[in-house]
Amino acid sequence: MRPETWVRPTPSGLFVEPGGFYIDPSSPVDRAVVTHGHSDHARGGNRRVLATAETLAIMERRIGADAVGSTQALSYGETVEVNGVRVALAPAGHILGSAQVVLEWRGSRVVVSGDYKRRRDPTCPPFEPIKCDVLVTEATFALPVFCHPDDKEEVARLLRSMAVFPDRTHLVGVYALGKCQRLIRLLREAGYDRPIYLHGALIGLCDLYRERGVDLGELAPATEAPPGMFAGALVLAPPSSLGDRWSRRMADPVLSFASGWMRIKQRAKQRGVELPLVISDHADWNELTRTLDEVGAPEVWVTHGREDALVHHATGRGIRARALSLLGFEEEGS
Amino acid sequence: MKAFSRLLAGLLYTPARNSKLRLLRAYLAETPDPDRGYALAALTGTLAFAEAKPAAVREVARRRVDPVLFDLSYDYVGDLAETVALIWPTSGGMRDLRLGEVVDTLTLAARAKVPELLEGWLDRLDAEARWALIKLLTGGLRVGVSERLAKAALAEHGKVELAQVEEIWHGLDPPYRTLFDWLDRKAPPPQIDAGRLFRPLMLAHAIEEHELFALDPRDFRAEWKWDGIRVQIVSGPNGTRLFSRGGEEVGTAFPDLVERMAFPGVVDGELLVRRGEGVAPFNDLQQRLNRKKASARHIVDYPAFVRVYDLLFEGEEDLRHLGFDARRARLETWVGKTGLATGVIDLSPLVPFADWEELGRHRLSAGALNAEGLMLKRADSPYVSGRPKGFWFKWKRAADTIDAVLMYAQRGHGKRSSFYSDYTFGLWTEPGGELVPVGKAYFGFTDAELAELDKWVRNHTVDRFGPVRQVEAGLVLEIAFDSAQRSTRHKSGVALRFPRVARIRWDKPAGEADVLETLVKRIPA
Ligand SMILES: [Zn+2]
Ligand SMILES: [Zn+2]
Repeated sequence: MRPETWVRPTPSGLFVEPGGFYIDPSSPVDRAVVTHGHSDHARGGNRRVLATAETLAIMERRIGADAVGSTQALSYGETVEVNGVRVALAPAGHILGSAQVVLEWRGSRVVVSGDYKRRRDPTCPPFEPIKCDVLVTEATFALPVFCHPDDKEEVARLLRSMAVFPDRTHLVGVYALGKCQRLIRLLREAGYDRPIYLHGALIGLCDLYRERGVDLGELAPATEAPPGMFAGALVLAPPSSLGDRWSRRMADPVLSFASGWMRIKQRAKQRGVELPLVISDHADWNELTRTLDEVGAPEVWVTHGREDALVHHATGRGIRARALSLLGFEEEGS
Repeated sequence: MKAFSRLLAGLLYTPARNSKLRLLRAYLAETPDPDRGYALAALTGTLAFAEAKPAAVREVARRRVDPVLFDLSYDYVGDLAETVALIWPTSGGMRDLRLGEVVDTLTLAARAKVPELLEGWLDRLDAEARWALIKLLTGGLRVGVSERLAKAALAEHGKVELAQVEEIWHGLDPPYRTLFDWLDRKAPPPQIDAGRLFRPLMLAHAIEEHELFALDPRDFRAEWKWDGIRVQIVSGPNGTRLFSRGGEEVGTAFPDLVERMAFPGVVDGELLVRRGEGVAPFNDLQQRLNRKKASARHIVDYPAFVRVYDLLFEGEEDLRHLGFDARRARLETWVGKTGLATGVIDLSPLVPFADWEELGRHRLSAGALNAEGLMLKRADSPYVSGRPKGFWFKWKRAADTIDAVLMYAQRGHGKRSSFYSDYTFGLWTEPGGELVPVGKAYFGFTDAELAELDKWVRNHTVDRFGPVRQVEAGLVLEIAFDSAQRSTRHKSGVALRFPRVARIRWDKPAGEADVLETLVKRIPA
C-alpha cells in the first residue's frame, strides 16, 4: 500500500484515513493521537484522545480535563487497533511522556516522530529508532549550523557565571514544559543544591513532574520572596517574561535563556540575553540526519521547521523526501 | 584565539560599559604580547587585512560543505562569520591559534595563499574561535568597544591616568609593545614622534544661570561656542594632520585645508563652513562630513575653514601649562603672523563683558551667529586634557522646544532593558492630519517619570513589532533640541540635534501638539 494513500496532510493535521484519526490536530477532531503535551501539538476540544498517560496528565493540567475530551492511555511499546490500523507509541526523548506514533496498515509502517531529540534527558526515556517505510520527521533545527553542544558544558557555564557574579540574580528563560524540569535536573546532577526560584507559570508543571517521580530538589515560588533575597539566586521564568516588569525586582540580573536558538549569537543579542545557554529539546542537524540513516526509511516526510535543508540532504542520500506543510506549529517550544 | 573569542562573545552579550571594561581588563592581564595588542587594535578598528575579503571566506566554506546547505544556512543566520563558524565540518579545538601568529602569517602571505591558510586555521579551531577568527579577518567586530573604552581599560590595567594613555595613544602602532612594557612597569613611557600626535582635548562642563551667577565674572573670558566640529591641527615636518575631538583623522575629507596648513605647532579650533561673511548652519558642514573624500564641487560649494581658539604647541614649545590669558596672547600673535596667511584659519574673537547680565544679552544673539552658545574659560586655566572641574564652562543658548506626540516606544538597554525608554515622537502634518515621526529621544526624564512613561506605553499599545510598541496618539512630550536641520533621510524632511524630553505634558490633548510646519520654520536658512 503506498503510504500517501492512507496517511495524508490536511488543514487539521496529519490524517490517518482508514483509522479515522488525526495526529496532533490543529483544530478539534473526533479522534486524535497526541505525541506530547506542548501546546502546538496538544490542543483541547477533541472528542477522543489517545496518548501516553503522562501526556494526558500534562494536557489535563494545562487545559483542564473537560477540554481534553475522553482519553485512552497507551504505554510505550503497547499496541492498540483503531479501525484496523495498528497504533503503538515509542519514546521520543523530547519531554516527559513524549512519543513517536508507529502506524501499521496492510503491511506498511509509518512512524511519526513528533518532536524528538537523541541525547540523554534525565526526565524521560531515550528516543528509539524504529525501522519503517515512511518517517515523518520534525525539522526544527534542520540546518547544519545547528550542532548543540554537550548540555553538561552549558550547565557548567551557568554555574561558572554564578560564581563570577555572586551578587547578581541569574534569571534564566526556560519553556515551562520540559526545558524547565530538564534544566533543574541537570543542575541537580551538577551538584547545585540550593533552592531554585520559579516564576508562577512554571510551578504547576514542576509539581506534575514531581508527582511522576522526577526529583527536582528544593523549589520556591519567586513571587513571594522579598526583593533582597534574589541576590545570587537562580530564578527560572518563561522566556516571555525575561524583559518584563516582572524581572525588575531582581538584583542587577544576568539574563539567560536556555534554548537551541541561542546557538545563533545574533539571536541571543537581539533578545538582550547576556548568558545564552544552548540547551535544546529538539534534535540538532547531526541527530536528525543520523536518525534518517538508522530508521532506513526509503521515504521521508519533513514537517515543522526548516524543511528545505533536510529534504535536500535526504534526497542526496537517495531517499524520497518531501516537505509537508502542516499548519499550526510554532518555533517557540524549542 | 580561544581567549580572544571568549572576550569577543562576552563583549557582544554585555551591554553595560562597566562589565565590558572588566572583561577587557581581565583579558589584558591574562594575555601575552603581542596577542593582547593585536586584539585591542582589532577591537578599535585599527587592524585590517586587505587580503581576507568576505567573498573569499564564503568561497572557502562553499568548497568544504554542500553549497546548497551553506546558502540555506547563511540565509537563515544572516552573518557570514557565524554561518561559517557553525557549519564548518570539523569539531576542532585541538590546537589553539595565537593572534600574533595570524597577524604575522597574513602579513607575509601572498594573496593567493590566504584561502588555504584560512582553511587550515578553521580546521584546528572550535566553533567559537572560528567565529572570532573570521570576524578578525573581515573586520567589523561591532561589539561596542570604542577607542575611549579601550584606552580606559589600558589605564586601569596599568594603574595610570587615562590622560597619560591618551597623550601617547595616537603615536603608537599595534601591537603596542612599548605601551604594555610601560604599563607593566618594565620600561619608561614610550617615546613618540610628536609631529604626528593627537593631544587629548580639554573639555567644558555645562553650566546653568544660577551656577554661573555664583562665579566672579572677572575671573573668566568668553568666546562663542561655534556649531561646527572641534578639530585639532597638528602640523610639523612630517606633514599636517586634522583630528576630530576623539582623535580620528578627518584630514582626507578636507584636503583644501590640510594642503594650506604647514607650520610647526598644535592648534585647537572649530571646523566650520563659511557663508558670505558669516558661518553656515551645521547642515553645510554635514555635507562635507558625509563624504570620505571631498569632491572639487563640494570644496567650492561648502568652503571650510578653522576658527581657532587655543594654541597648544608653538613649534616644539609646549604651551599647555600656561594660563589661558598667556596662551591667548600667544595665539593672537600666532594667528596674525601665521594663521591668517593660510587663508583657511581665523581667530575666534573674545566676547567682552562686564558682568553676567551683559554676557546674558550677548548669549541671546548666539542663534543669529549660528553659534550654540558661549564658552567661559578661566583666565588662569592651564590646558588640561579631559574635563577638569572649574576651568571651562559651556553656557548654551536656550534650547528650542516643540510639543510632539509619542508614536512608538522601544525597550532600552542594560539597566533599562525592562522599560520602554526610547521614544519616537511625531508632529501633525496639519491640524487634524496625520502624524509624521520627526525624531527619537531617550533621555531628559527622571527614573520616576520613566516608570510612568513605561506604564503608559504598556497600557496604550496598539501594535507590536519585535521590541517596538506602537502606541495610541495620546501623549504629548515637550521635546527640547539644540537645532533643527533639513534632512533627506527622514520622512519628515527635518532632523533634530540632541532631542530630549523636556517635560511630559500629561495635561495636553494630543490634537493640540505642534504641526510639522512649526518645526520646519526653525530650520536656519
Ligand atoms: Zn515539543
Ligand atoms: Zn513542536
